[in-house]
Amino acid sequence: MDWQLLITQMLNGLQLGLLLFLVASGLTLIFGIMDFINLSHGSFYMLGAFICSSITAKTGSLFIGIVLAVLVVFCIGALVERLIARKLYQNDHLDHVLVTFGLILVFDTLAHLIWGSQGRIISLPDSLNGQINLGSLVLPSYRLLIIGAGLTVAIGLYFLVTRSRLGMRIRAGASNRQMVSALGVDIDRLYLIVFALGAALAGLAGMLIAPITEASIGMGNEIIIIAFVVVIVGGIGSVKGAFYAALLIGFIDTLGRSYLGDLLALFLSSQNAETAAPALSAMLIYILMAAVLAFRPQGLFPPSNS
Amino acid sequence: MKKTKQLLTSTFIAASLAVASANSYADGVKIGFVTTLTTPAGVIGEDMQNAANLALEHLGGKMADQDVELIFEDDGFKPEIGKQKTDKLVKKDKVDFVSGYIWSHVLMASAKSVLDAGKFLISANAGPSQMAGKGCDSNFFSTSWQNDQTPMAMGEVLNTQGVKSLYVMVPNYAAGKNMAAGVERTFKGEIVGKDMTKWGKDKQLDFSAELAKAKASGADGLFVFYPGSAGGAFIKQYQQAGLKDSLPLYTVFTVDSISLPKLQAADMQGVMGSKSTMFWGPDLDNAANIKFVSDFKAKHGKYPSFYAAQSYDSIMLIDSALRATGGKVDDEDALRAAMEKADFDSVRGDFTYGNNHMPVQNFYLREVVADADGNWTTQISETVYEAHQDPYAADCQL
Amino acid sequence: MRGEQASSWPSHLLARLKGNLPNQVYFALVIALLIAPWLINALDQSFYLDLLTRALIIAIAVASLNLIIGFGGMVSLGHAAFLGIGAYCVGIPTYYEQFNGFVHLGLAVLCSALFALLTGLICLRTKAVYFIMITLAFAQMLYFTLVSLDEYGADDGLVIYQRSEFPGIFDIENPTTLYYAVLLFLLGCLYLTHRMMHARFGRVLQGCKHNEQRMQALGFLTYKYKLIAYVIAGTMAGVAGFFLGNFTNFISPEMMDWTHSAELIFMLVIGGTGILFGPVVGAVLFLLLEEWLSGFSVYWHLILGLMLIALVVFGKGGVHGLLSLGSNRGSQQNTTT
Repeated sequence: MDWQLLITQMLNGLQLGLLLFLVASGLTLIFGIMDFINLSHGSFYMLGAFICSSITAKTGSLFIGIVLAVLVVFCIGALVERLIARKLYQNDHLDHVLVTFGLILVFDTLAHLIWGSQGRIISLPDSLNGQINLGSLVLPSYRLLIIGAGLTVAIGLYFLVTRSRLGMRIRAGASNRQMVSALGVDIDRLYLIVFALGAALAGLAGMLIAPITEASIGMGNEIIIIAFVVVIVGGIGSVKGAFYAALLIGFIDTLGRSYLGDLLALFLSSQNAETAAPALSAMLIYILMAAVLAFRPQGLFPPSNS
Repeated sequence: MKKTKQLLTSTFIAASLAVASANSYADGVKIGFVTTLTTPAGVIGEDMQNAANLALEHLGGKMADQDVELIFEDDGFKPEIGKQKTDKLVKKDKVDFVSGYIWSHVLMASAKSVLDAGKFLISANAGPSQMAGKGCDSNFFSTSWQNDQTPMAMGEVLNTQGVKSLYVMVPNYAAGKNMAAGVERTFKGEIVGKDMTKWGKDKQLDFSAELAKAKASGADGLFVFYPGSAGGAFIKQYQQAGLKDSLPLYTVFTVDSISLPKLQAADMQGVMGSKSTMFWGPDLDNAANIKFVSDFKAKHGKYPSFYAAQSYDSIMLIDSALRATGGKVDDEDALRAAMEKADFDSVRGDFTYGNNHMPVQNFYLREVVADADGNWTTQISETVYEAHQDPYAADCQL
Repeated sequence: MRGEQASSWPSHLLARLKGNLPNQVYFALVIALLIAPWLINALDQSFYLDLLTRALIIAIAVASLNLIIGFGGMVSLGHAAFLGIGAYCVGIPTYYEQFNGFVHLGLAVLCSALFALLTGLICLRTKAVYFIMITLAFAQMLYFTLVSLDEYGADDGLVIYQRSEFPGIFDIENPTTLYYAVLLFLLGCLYLTHRMMHARFGRVLQGCKHNEQRMQALGFLTYKYKLIAYVIAGTMAGVAGFFLGNFTNFISPEMMDWTHSAELIFMLVIGGTGILFGPVVGAVLFLLLEEWLSGFSVYWHLILGLMLIALVVFGKGGVHGLLSLGSNRGSQQNTTT
């Protein structure tokens, strides 16, 4: 066993898990509080990346780029809630799937029109382009930054949800919708804030990954499905559940990709094992979701009713 | 009632006659061009479109004194869409030639539609082994290469550079498999690890797990094939992982004029000096290439990519065939005989066609350098193969 | 109902058409589809025959989706998986040079029914949004299984060099024959759906959609009814896949992608959910629209997306809803005709 490789892969899994959490936390709240299936949540992830790339290129500062882009995506999220989503909360899930599928097409094509088909690079300052040596372990410093930023946001979100007045309402809404409105909370405003906050978090995830993979059209369409898996596995409406499920899935995917191939090579020809390994590790995620749905549909960490 | 029926029947007959006559007396040449214009890979398609249009412009918009209509279709990076668009070109637009095709799997899915209709298919990029070997066809031509050839040349380079162990990373689709097979064919050292990553519409772009494995393998070199925008993403992560000194990079179809401007914008110095093999380069010294590269740069403000060079040649190849037949598009045998001669000024210099209609051509080693204006480009440093034929030609029964 | 059927069918048909604009349109549509090949061949526009054939194959899949969404209220986001199963049941035997159409068709029916049964047993334990997600999960699993099978082309897909053979019966290499085979099967599916929805089975199923607990209280084993509907729908879509594989001469795992499942739902909603002929209208309109829009700009998805949003926000009921507005009487009592 190569311990250095294992630690590196664990950190990669952690990084993927935290990004998934940023996308899934908003999704699970929108799902839990408004009972709204938002397939286009991944579009905010993509828009975040593109908008950040434009602002960073203009200002020359990644930090300014991220701060401004988070605000812009927050506003776009608010706009989508006001103009479209709000009209549909009472409709059935079929309508949600259709409208948000339409939104994906619209956002993807708008990105093509505005930024061209070519992906957009986000340049990193030299200090983040290097590596950090931890003993014999060499890690790209930017990936450590993603992990740090992801953990910070997760902790911030934890305090927001558990300690603040807004968080109390959010928790109440996620576990019992009728109760919140009965308490006289301005429900429209709560919905607007939750939706836009979720969009901003997804956008932030897109901004964090873009310096590695580039901002590209359709980048949100893959992550959205995995984010839904996270939401279901964690329990709809549960931020804590989304956190644990995101980490679990991040580890399954990364470790599966790195070790499943060697494992399969014991039974299959190496050519077949190479092809099968990435597909099987992707499949593991869906097997997990199906198992949770079949045996524990409320998820592993459902929002508490207290 | 009877009158209406008569009227209807005569309208139909008139309409069908009109359509029929439009077909038989139509002058002019119709060329379909299938490439990817949407998705992040659309950047490749734009380059090909620009080059094909430039070729037509250089021909004055005419081939053998006939007007040329060039119809572009977008395959959306999906084999079944590519097939649908090819069907449309053949059956609705009734084109005489179909060219383009970036992706091996799109070409494989679409080939039958063109060839069954008795039209000519000219690949301007994809060169899957099947089309070069058992599945070769008398009406299929390529203005690019067979997939295995370029990595085979790279394998030879690795041998002379004293690389003893190699880690291979390729996308998991037809061309990726051919590229890995190609380098394994000539590389004499040991392949210590291989990763096939998810490709297609939602391709994998975070290579952290694979790069960690490659590093841990202790290989002397890293061979990769990541075409289009994935190339840029890969190079960045390679640099961020700090592998430049411990794990030198050898690429095919990854570092090109599509990824280099972006890498330069992000100041990815790690790519400078990296080596790749190719049948062509923008600095190749022949009259056709000098004209092509300078006009392309003047028009689009950047170097043409190899995709562009191949697309330019595909239009020139069709032109050479039509010149030989005096503009007749329905004399299949004469057109084929003319194309087999490859009698035109290719941007790669002179080449011939093998029995399987794949080019027999030179392959060069290229290095990334900065040009006189400071723009990053590739420069040919040596010739690896002269008049090289692909290894599948023997399986072709033509 | 029974009494009406005793009378001769032309008068029965006339009674259905009278004063009912949607039914008149559907009748005209069927007639148009029946004569379309003659017209297309006369005009030498074989491309449009291809387009219609594709639309009708997809219409079979949408019709099967209508059975579970429109009538049963079970929203599946994994229905494209059945299309893929059917197509691979043509592709894989062909790869081993087994060209017998009965083998292909038999496999398609068997495999899709089995997949529907096995996944249905698990999926139907869940409801509403959980059902959407679990059907998606199974479709994704199948997608990744086929991506991992290097032998059958993995991501690249399989080229089907020869269509299924039905020696001595008909030859589906002939596009017109294939077209009529598809049309016949589609009409058969619609007839079957019509009969089922007017039988006890259909009433229980539609009862489940509106209030499942009530149906259970009345003593119906709703799980069993829903499972049967799910298996029938899966099998129909599997046969659609058999036709699709033969028609395109190519299959890839991409066919099972969740976006394709979403497109099938889109087509269903265009035509109107729970409307017998809705799937045909939806599929034909969608494919014509796609062909027309993609012809004039690479940005055509923008228009498609906006139409989709507008359809749900403003145009409830799809085409059928619009047609019913033009009709004197509402469409409510005719939703299943």
